[in-house]
Amino acid sequence: MSALLSVKGLEKTFGQVVAARDINVDVPQGQTVGIIGANGAGKTTFVNMITGHLTPSGGTIQFEGRDITGLPSRKIMRLGIARSFQVAQVFPTFSVFENLCAATAIARSGSSVVGAALSRFVSAETSADAETALGQFQIGQFRDALASTLPQGVRKLLDIAMATAGNPRVLLLDEPTSGISLEEKFGLMDVIMGALKARGTTILFVEHDMEIVQRFADRVLAFYDGTVIADGAPAEALGDERVREFITGTLIRSKDGSLNASRAFHA
Amino acid sequence: MTGLRILLGAAILGGLGAAAPFTPLWLISLVTLAMSTGLVVCGLIILWRGGLVPFGQALFFATGAYTVALSGRWFGVTDAFLLIALAVIMAALVAFVVGFLLAQYREIFFAMLSLALSMILYGVLVKSETLGSTDGVNVAQASFFGMKPRGPGYTFALFWLALGMVFSAWVGVSAYLGSIAGQLAGAIRDNEIRVEYLGISVTRLVHLKLTISAALAGAGGALAALSISHVDPQMAYWTTSGGFVFVTILAGAASVPAAFLGALLFEIVRTIAVALLPGGWQLILGSVLLLTILFVPEGLGSLMIRKRATVSEKGAA
Repeated sequence: MSALLSVKGLEKTFGQVVAARDINVDVPQGQTVGIIGANGAGKTTFVNMITGHLTPSGGTIQFEGRDITGLPSRKIMRLGIARSFQVAQVFPTFSVFENLCAATAIARSGSSVVGAALSRFVSAETSADAETALGQFQIGQFRDALASTLPQGVRKLLDIAMATAGNPRVLLLDEPTSGISLEEKFGLMDVIMGALKARGTTILFVEHDMEIVQRFADRVLAFYDGTVIADGAPAEALGDERVREFITGTLIRSKDGSLNASRAFHA
Repeated sequence: MTGLRILLGAAILGGLGAAAPFTPLWLISLVTLAMSTGLVVCGLIILWRGGLVPFGQALFFATGAYTVALSGRWFGVTDAFLLIALAVIMAALVAFVVGFLLAQYREIFFAMLSLALSMILYGVLVKSETLGSTDGVNVAQASFFGMKPRGPGYTFALFWLALGMVFSAWVGVSAYLGSIAGQLAGAIRDNEIRVEYLGISVTRLVHLKLTISAALAGAGGALAALSISHVDPQMAYWTTSGGFVFVTILAGAASVPAAFLGALLFEIVRTIAVALLPGGWQLILGSVLLLTILFVPEGLGSLMIRKRATVSEKGAA
């Protein structure tokens, strides 16, 4: 069976700086992939290339067997790849409900701007879709609150709820738990994963918290220096020597150059 | 927009139309001219809500006005309805073409680029003998489905035509503002990235807004041309554009009827100001703008909306 999303030889350079190189990944339908790596390792560059925010300098991205390399983001969206953002992107002067209406209205209008001018913003269909999303992402109690007044976690949920309005087949989440307190992280991820799994969405999420990755990912992609250094089941990938040295910091190099497992690893 | 509101609007406009024969002609002319400004401001509201302020909307206003004058002069078209349709089409067409450039820009760049384009048209009009140069072009008296009213009848006919245009613009613009594209104006102003990632092109949405607003400006220009019976390059000049922005600030973007009330207030204030201070009427107009920005920053429309909200709150209590 061919992969839903297939990335081959992907690279991105900014002048002399190589942000991504030789990335090869096949993601089958329904998988939940955790993307880990230190800051600057190329995680967000990878997400940005898949969603059309950045044009790759080389390599190809195929979605459902179709080459989507370098397409503009809205076309990629239309094909069924959506994303959320590290800093939640919502419409601050709209209420939560209106934000969701905007998302569902666009999803229902087709890509046509003329279609958008001829369909009503708040219709029975857009309202029903918005109400469903409020329930799925458990943000009903904030329905009429202005998005600018929302707590961080709710804003993240709203951002992701909006991204799912078009029923994407693949959803990329860029650090869904960043800026969220430790206690709330798991609860937030439970809500997100619960809502997305119910839709059968294939998920790629960028995450710094290894406990979250272990708990929610079926598979881990570990990025270092612009490329994937480990790819496998969480236990396998997180146990990789280079991942432990460069990313999770559970292996440290002593002064004589030999590798030692740190306390954290033994604990 | 509910059927009741449409009926109410039609009743008010119908009442105004019926009152025309009992009203001084100068007042009817003034109101007709105000309606032409109101049509342009309706279009500005559409852009304004998306965070876009054009300083060169006179480009489309003058396009509409000159289309009327030149269709009459060159092709002998006299039917008012046909002239207005031509003006709307021409203005929208010009906007569609320049929109490929303008829709790429936002904020002050959008404002100044639109100003630049309008000044190019001004320059062309001033320099071109065939387009009447600085003297402009006279507009022949229009006919209405073959009827040719003269004297006061012509003033009434234009006034009724203006009311019909106001009604159409009000219904059409309200429908647009309630549509997905219309409601996304706030979303565009707030967060373009999110709009793009929901799968719709912001550039195309802005292009559409510009084209619709230009069609309305063209309609306003056509009405002004018929009403004044003359067009000149001043119609494309930046002070004309400034006047439209002035009225938009006065009216606010909250309500479509406010565009027409704001335009009417503007004409009245200007008329009084010129009568009181012939050499310094700008002083009075400027003060009105200053007071508006200080005390009613959201415009007259916000007062109407606020009042309505208070009423409904009381109703709920």
